[in-house]
Amino acid sequence: MTASLEVLATGALVTVQDRGRPGHAHLGVPRSGALDAPAHALAQRLVGNGPDAAGLEVLLGGLGVRLDEDRWVAVTGATLPARVGDRAVPTGRAVRLPAHTPLTLGTPLGGARSYLAVSGGLVVDPVLGSRSTDTLSGLGPAPVRTGDRLPVGVPAGEPAAVEVPAPPTGGPLRLHRGPRADWCDGDAVDLLVRGAWSCAPDSDRVGLRLVGDPLPRARTDELASEGVVLGAVQLPPDGRPVVFLADHPTTGGYPVVAVVEPADLWRCAQLRPGDPVRFTRTR
Amino acid sequence: MTGPAAYRMVASGPSALLLEVADAAAALSLAEHLREEVDATDVVPGACTVLVDGAEPSAVAGAVERWDPTADPDHGPLVEVPVVYDGADLAAVADVWGCTVREVVERHTSLELVSAFCGFAPGFAYLSGVPDEWSVPRLESPRPRVPAGSVALAGTWSAVYPTASPGGWRLLGRTDVALWDTRRTPPALLAPGTRVAFREVRP
Repeated sequence: MTASLEVLATGALVTVQDRGRPGHAHLGVPRSGALDAPAHALAQRLVGNGPDAAGLEVLLGGLGVRLDEDRWVAVTGATLPARVGDRAVPTGRAVRLPAHTPLTLGTPLGGARSYLAVSGGLVVDPVLGSRSTDTLSGLGPAPVRTGDRLPVGVPAGEPAAVEVPAPPTGGPLRLHRGPRADWCDGDAVDLLVRGAWSCAPDSDRVGLRLVGDPLPRARTDELASEGVVLGAVQLPPDGRPVVFLADHPTTGGYPVVAVVEPADLWRCAQLRPGDPVRFTRTR
Repeated sequence: MTGPAAYRMVASGPSALLLEVADAAAALSLAEHLREEVDATDVVPGACTVLVDGAEPSAVAGAVERWDPTADPDHGPLVEVPVVYDGADLAAVADVWGCTVREVVERHTSLELVSAFCGFAPGFAYLSGVPDEWSVPRLESPRPRVPAGSVALAGTWSAVYPTASPGGWRLLGRTDVALWDTRRTPPALLAPGTRVAFREVRP
């Protein structure tokens, strides 16, 4: 029998996320999925769920939920104060959440996106094999709103023993040369590495937009639309680079001058508007 | 294969390759070939490229060598799209083409189009087959909302908006067929390779 998760409060943006729906890019379907994939995967492991289970991605905290059955829950990603009822509970490990007791998440001390996993997983109807909310195209469930009741599946496993993840490291984003690096006037990777960049306020699940001195373009003509990878650094005509994240369009007409190392993409999920963004070359 | 290489290969990060070919037909042909030959996460045709994401580079390189760019593309079924031609930009397109509005409708319904690639939105197919001399510029500033089912032109491409969205294409008319249905396989009515003909219907 499935249980139900009642949403008591949401912050800036709360969405259902899993590993996304790769494999449909040729139909124009974004990959979607948790922006900080390692944090999402850790939360699912902690409560004993399989890798395809869905949970909540919480932007800048502020979430309140309540279950109608006892379950294990885990919060990972951006570090924030968490309470079960009026008791402070640790993040980064499985915690028992008694039925009808609110779990509330405060404001992150650092980072931007936190992940909530519930044993049994959220079992909203999948679309094209995924339960992820795609904020670009509207596929999957709508963003979570106060008053929503989300179905929770039957737990399949026991919670994991306490797992001590490697401490998140700030570090610069490693860059590969992009397929259209020659559209930039100068060495695109070098200009990105040497530039002073910060996270723009209009950054979202589609892309990390960069504030800094615009990159000069060597060409002003239009590039014929072509497939774009996750982590692509696209250079629009205004010279403000955008790093494509999970909900990015699958084809685009702006040149990709660099590509962020896939293993570093989770860091983009944890940047807040105004945070410095640093790049380095891949070795 | 003899003669000059029919493609150029460039990396798009550590896990993807971008293959440049001559045109949309070649991109479609190569994408269909690679989809059968290579174990990839995504194979994405573009206007004159194919992106292969999540495949072993040596496997891609080997498979491309086995591609025959001169082979007749094996296009999918023909889909007829019924259109009410009452779009806001009919007169503007007639101006660009130097013909009457009626002739715009006759020309658009005479085209044999092929879905070359998708993008912009799920099920938004770029239909190739509009002659170069009928190229039309996009709107200078996009409309904030184009209704679902709008049939449109931009450059030498035609398309049908699967969902309501902002858009800068020239609107010729509208259809009520479902371009996108996630219960269908594939969910896109005009998946790459599909041949498309527009047919005029009365409102």
